[in-house]
Parts: sequence; structure tokens; C-alpha cells
Amino acid sequence: MSAKTRSRAVRLLVYAGAAFSMMVLLFIVAYILCKGVPHLSPALFAWKYNSENVSLLPALINTLYMTALALAVAVPLGIGAAVYLSEYAKRSSKLVRLVRLTTETLSGIPSIIYGLFGALFFVVFLRMNLSLIAGALTLSIMILPLIMRTTEEALLAVPDTYREGSFGLGADRLRTIFRVVLPSAAPGILAGVILGIGRIVGETAALIYTAGTVPEVAGSLFDSARTLSVHMYTLASEGLHIEEAYATAVVLLATVAGINALSAWAAGRLGRRSNDQI
Amino acid sequence: MTERRNQTRSVPGRAGVNSISVIHLRDVLAGGLFAAAACISVLAVALICVFLFANGIPGMVRIGVLDFITGTRWKPGSNLYGIMPMILGSLYVTAGALIIGVPAGLLTAIFMSRFAPKYVLKLMKPAVSLLAGIPSVVFGFFGLVVIVPFIREIFGGSGSSLLAACVLLGMMILPTIITVSESALNTVPQSYYEGALALGATHERAVFRVVLPAAKSGVTASVILGMGRAIGEAMAVMMVAGNRPVIPDSLVKGVRTLTGNIVMEMGYAADLHRDALIATAVVLFVFILNTNMLFSVLKRRAGI
Repeated sequence: MSAKTRSRAVRLLVYAGAAFSMMVLLFIVAYILCKGVPHLSPALFAWKYNSENVSLLPALINTLYMTALALAVAVPLGIGAAVYLSEYAKRSSKLVRLVRLTTETLSGIPSIIYGLFGALFFVVFLRMNLSLIAGALTLSIMILPLIMRTTEEALLAVPDTYREGSFGLGADRLRTIFRVVLPSAAPGILAGVILGIGRIVGETAALIYTAGTVPEVAGSLFDSARTLSVHMYTLASEGLHIEEAYATAVVLLATVAGINALSAWAAGRLGRRSNDQI
Repeated sequence: MTERRNQTRSVPGRAGVNSISVIHLRDVLAGGLFAAAACISVLAVALICVFLFANGIPGMVRIGVLDFITGTRWKPGSNLYGIMPMILGSLYVTAGALIIGVPAGLLTAIFMSRFAPKYVLKLMKPAVSLLAGIPSVVFGFFGLVVIVPFIREIFGGSGSSLLAACVLLGMMILPTIITVSESALNTVPQSYYEGALALGATHERAVFRVVLPAAKSGVTASVILGMGRAIGEAMAVMMVAGNRPVIPDSLVKGVRTLTGNIVMEMGYAADLHRDALIATAVVLFVFILNTNMLFSVLKRRAGI
């Protein structure tokens, strides 16, 4: 085989591999859309769930609650931790190394382990029972490393001249952080938070044994409630409402795609802004 | 860094010594709060370890550590708790997923890093992140309604099988392999590639013989990360794998993974059975910690 044909064969292989990956995505999305969109009926969005209409609206509302709660815990903690790592701590201190090690560990732990931990700690040990709050706290630990990492990256991308300028004008460190550094890093932080929302919306394994599967809108923090993904899972595994499951998958997919686009937009704004200003 | 800190300390207060110390106090307090936030992740890992091990180890000891890990029969009804089938199940499924996902993902990464024209790349980047964002239940559902019936048609049986789980997981780890490998390939200095061209190599030869070997540790890191994802995935695998707690002797037979074991039975398990499930999670956790460690070592070496 001559060098030229070998080159051509290799190139073909690369193209085929890339085409395969893209086909996988296209096929999944197209299949779910084709099967699901025709079944998007108004009954699916009824206020009350019953086994007749298997409405997804309560689950959707629970998903919003869950997202808001988990973010309310994880975002301040994640941003605070990132500020500590990038603005306060010495690079080589023992604490920093420990924090980095544990954050890396957390980001590799599979969601079922989080779910089991949540069931053992929040549900049983802290006696929260299967509830919105137990699920949200479990999820907030799960997305903490993501928020920390993206925020820290965004903070590191803020040029030191900004900080020096602020100090030069007589601001102290705290004021510099809140008035100069964090606002400049906001788009990057936002992109990370939106990615975190994506994880929350898509999560099932961590919620089944922490938030439970009650298909009604949670009345309080201590009510059990299923999110959209858990709803989707119960529909698919019961196997009684396959058409509705397709439609639910469409809603879930659309939500995730929307969240992705939003995150990319936020991250893009960061890139543009720093290009403008430097 | 140190320079910045010195500057803050020497910031003059607006009015005298008193306000300097107030500002200083506020700074120290805020620093303490931020440090406390940073310690949450340490606390979380400690709590997870304590609660998993404290609940899992006693059960494992009661069953007998060796019986638990090497036992091949899982029959909670008759107090038999051997998780060898699940350990092997997880390993088989992961290996299968890697066989499918790594070549496709790596080729895609090579394409994106060194072959794709700009406009194609602009389409592929969001596509890959969408693939990464698809929730695992949606993947599982897709497997249930497409892959499982397909395997049933061709090979007979129920279709819920080791093969279905491998194919589905292979698809699910694609974005992980693609993004990590691509950034590894992108960090290889352009001069390596140019040097190869100057020595008379074709574009393809330069990429495969020079750039790819230079990105070796990053690519390996992507495989390890994909492996971690595959071992830890629960819902999607459970929906297509058939979940028989028996060591599979064929690709088209049902298989149960460690994760599947926990999700399947945690809902109703009690007493020793429940402890055995938590012990299953301990075994899974140890697997994951090892792959994590391997990943961070490789990542550091790759400099990505």
C-alpha cells in the first residue's frame, strides 16, 4: 500500500468515526422527537396528576423547586470556596491541596452513591424522610464541585490589573472582590451555574431514595416529590404509558438543550467581554 | 499573589488607625467565611466516607468479607449475599462500553482537533455538549425502546442484555472521551506537527505518529474518566441490562451491575439485606476512588 492510499484510508477512518458519533446524537434526538412530539397532549400538562393522564406538570414544578433549593445551597458555598481558593489562599497551602483533592473526588463520585449517602444521612440520620429538602441537599453536594471549578476558572481569568486598579483607588480586598472581581467573572460563573442546573434537571439516581416518587406538587420542604427525570423513569419502567414517556422525554430533552444553549451563551459573553477589554 | 496581599494590607484607611483595624477585621472575617465554604467539600467527602463505611462494613463483616466479595450467589431470600456476579457485571459492561466508545470517541476528537473545518467544528461543539447533557433516563429509555428490541430481533431472547448495556454505555461515554481527548490533542504544540510535516510526513501521518503519541496521557485520562462514568452509571444501565444476578455466560444474556443492584433493591430491603446493598456501594466506591486517583495522576501528567 502506498503512502498516499494509506493516508487516504486513515482520513476515511477519522471521518467515519466522527460521523458515527454525530449520527448517534442525531438518531437519539430525532427518534425521541419523532415519537414524542405527536403525543404532547394538553392532558400531559394537567394541574393534577392521576394514573389516567400521567401529567408531567407537577413533576415539572417540583423540578423548579428542587433546582432553586439546590442552587440556593450550592451556589453561595461554591462561589465562596472559589473566592477563597483564588483570592485568599496560598497556592501551596495544605488546606488548598486538601480542598482540591476532595473536590476532585466529589466530582468523580457517581450519582447513585450520592443518592445512597443522602438516604443514609439526610433521610435517616437527620430524619428528613423522603423529602424535597433531602433531595435538594443531596444534589447541592453533587453540583458543588462543578460550581467551584467553573467559578474558580472564571476568577482566574479576571486580569490582575483589575485588582491592582481597585486597590490603587483605595478599595480593600473585600470590596475589590465584590465590586470588581466577581462582576467581571459573572458570565463564567453563570455558565457554571447553568451547567449545574442541567445536572439537577437530568438527575434520577440521586433522587429516588432521597426525594422519593410522589407525583404531586410538594406542599412543603418536607414533602416527598418526584422531579421530571424521576417521573420519566417511573413511566418508562412501569411500561404502561410508553407514548406519554416519549412525550415526557421530549420535554426533558428540550429543557436540557435550552439549558445548554443558555450556558454556551453565557460563556460566550465572557469570552467576548475579555476580548473587548484587553 | 503575595504582592497582591501586601498591597491590601498597606491600603491606607480613610480616617486613622481605627478604621484600618475595622477594615482588617472585616477582611479576616470574610476570609474565614470563604475558607469555611471551601472546607464544605472536605466535610462532604468525610461524611460520605463515614456514612458509607459505617453502614456498609458491619454488614460485610457479618456476611464474611470473602464470602461477600467472592460469593457467586445473590439470594437475599435465603440469606446468600455474594456480589461476584455484580462485580463482574460492572467490569464486563464497562469493558464493552470502552470497546465501543473509545475508538469512536477518539477518532471524533482527532477529527475535531486536526481535521474539521471551522464551520463544521462550530456545529460539532454544541452537538457534543448536547450529547453530554442528555439525562441518563432519556438514554435508558432510548435503549429500552430501540436497542433492546433490536437485539431481541437479531439474537432472540429478551433483548435486555450485556450487549444492550455495552452499546448504550458506549454511546453515553462518547462525550467524555471526545471532550477530554480533544483538549489533550489541542495542547500539543503546533511545532510538533510542523516538524513532522517538514520531515516529509503527510498530514495524517503527522497527526497519528506525532501529535497523538504526544497527547498520550491526556487521551488515557479521557479513557479512565469514561471508565469511571461507565462503572458509576446506574439508571440507564439498569433499564436495559436485564438485571439477572448471575455471572453472564453470553453477550445476549442479562447482567446486573453493582449500581443496578443498589437501585433495584434499596427500595424494599431491610436488615442484613439493606446492609449488603450499602456494602455493595462501598465496593463501588472503592472502585471509583481508584479510577479517580488514576485519572488525576494522568491529568496532571498531561497538563490539561
